[in-house]
Amino acid sequence: MSATVELDDVAVGYPGRVLWSGLDLVIEPGEFVAVLGGNGTGKTTMLKALLGLIPPRAGSIKVLGEAPSRGDRRVGYVPQHAAFNPDAPIRGVDLVRLGADGHRFGPRRVSTSIRDRVDASLAAVGAQQYATAPVGLLSGGEQQRLRIASAIVDDPALILADEPLLSLDLASQRQVADVLDARRRAVGAAVVVVTHDVNPVLRHVNRVVYLAAGRWAAGTPEEVLTSERLSTLYGLDVDVVRVRDNVVIVGAPDEATGPHHHGGS
Amino acid sequence: MFWTLLQQHFIHVSLLAAGVAALVAGSLSPLVIARGQAFSVHGIAELGLTGAAGGLLAGLDAATGALIGSVTVGALLGVLGLRERDRDAATGVVLAAGLGLGVLFLSRVNGYATTGFGLLFGSITSVSESQLRLLVIVAGIVMVLLVLVWRPLWFASVDSAAAEARGVPVRVLAVLFATMLGAAVAETIQVTGVLLILTLVVTPAAAATRLTARPAAVVALSIAAALLAAEGGVLASLEWNAPASFFVSMISFVVYVIARLVGAQRRGWRGPAHLSG
Repeated sequence: MSATVELDDVAVGYPGRVLWSGLDLVIEPGEFVAVLGGNGTGKTTMLKALLGLIPPRAGSIKVLGEAPSRGDRRVGYVPQHAAFNPDAPIRGVDLVRLGADGHRFGPRRVSTSIRDRVDASLAAVGAQQYATAPVGLLSGGEQQRLRIASAIVDDPALILADEPLLSLDLASQRQVADVLDARRRAVGAAVVVVTHDVNPVLRHVNRVVYLAAGRWAAGTPEEVLTSERLSTLYGLDVDVVRVRDNVVIVGAPDEATGPHHHGGS
Repeated sequence: MFWTLLQQHFIHVSLLAAGVAALVAGSLSPLVIARGQAFSVHGIAELGLTGAAGGLLAGLDAATGALIGSVTVGALLGVLGLRERDRDAATGVVLAAGLGLGVLFLSRVNGYATTGFGLLFGSITSVSESQLRLLVIVAGIVMVLLVLVWRPLWFASVDSAAAEARGVPVRVLAVLFATMLGAAVAETIQVTGVLLILTLVVTPAAAATRLTARPAAVVALSIAAALLAAEGGVLASLEWNAPASFFVSMISFVVYVIARLVGAQRRGWRGPAHLSG
């Protein structure tokens, strides 16, 4: 099977500013990749490039063997979490349904196949119980599961998630990470998660891309998340400390995975 | 009095005009709520005033002028306010400048006070047959467009980042929606006037979302609430001597209050405990 994502000497940025460059990366089916780094290091931009929303400044990107194109049904995208307005006139099941046919123009035709896919997707994330409640009244973790359900309704071979654990409590972070992990195990999808904190997904991650100040380091968490490697990356003395199952990075100027507060928003 | 008036042709025209405007306003209302664009609606309406006064000066009628003004401003706001963060500021800037022009135009129109009052607070009973024809045609175009673009527009309105990644042309739809909103506002100005525009464009869906989150039901309830308020307002103004727009806004408000009370009871099963986190 060919690689899910191939980045060859890729640079991204905006006119007058390169965020990172020279990135070579191959993501195979079934891999769980965490993209780490501080604010403004170009984590989200990497997802945008994979989605075909922005072109790379240099190099070539291939997603499932082709140049990325907007609206590729084989790619599922979970956008950065923003809480729904409590009055938002939409239920979970509607949100998932939009993932299935929301891009189509013209009147909606009732189709049992779409309904089945929506149900399967809701079941995959364990959201059936609250699927008909107004989205705006659900907890952050429940909303996030529904966003994932909406993203995976077409059984994408690549799932891209932008800070899916942001502002969730610890238990919800774990559950949402497990949902993403279950998905790659069930259908062999590759998962790319952008996160400022690697710990909630550390158990599942088999590869890390660490972005810092225009440079990058990639490899297994054991290879990349070391004092030596990150000190080289940042050009500063950075200490990586392992406390129980957690990785704590001390001394990184952007505090990518540094000490911070957990808890609900 | 009521029954004799009800036989009059001009009342039939008024009721039809109010119904057409309410249909369009009630249909777009859920999208206005989902997109958080109540302020834009008010902005567009105030510039509808400029358009109407300008239209009268140029020898057109007020309805045509309001339509040209609102649609132009809607499209302009759609283009200027593409990024959500810019929207409030862009609306405010365009609004303030345009309304200034409106004051000048209005001051040059014969019967300044009456015309001004009619535009600000509505004059549904003075709608002519030719104006009604224009309202029906514009409403027809908006409704057909709305059916065609409903799903992607809805998707872009509730989750624009996901919609964009899915290939929905969110920017084009934002401009299209703002333009449609301009047309809807021009229609509604005939019923409620400029200042009470929100009573038919925002209140109906605000009430509907208290009762259900099922999108199709929200749209249906929103249209029903708008129709009830608009037609009820016109009918009530025949019986009691007060402007129709007063009754329209009061009926709309009462519907909203009832919806809130009923909705609060129904939402009880998922109380505030679920709002955290």
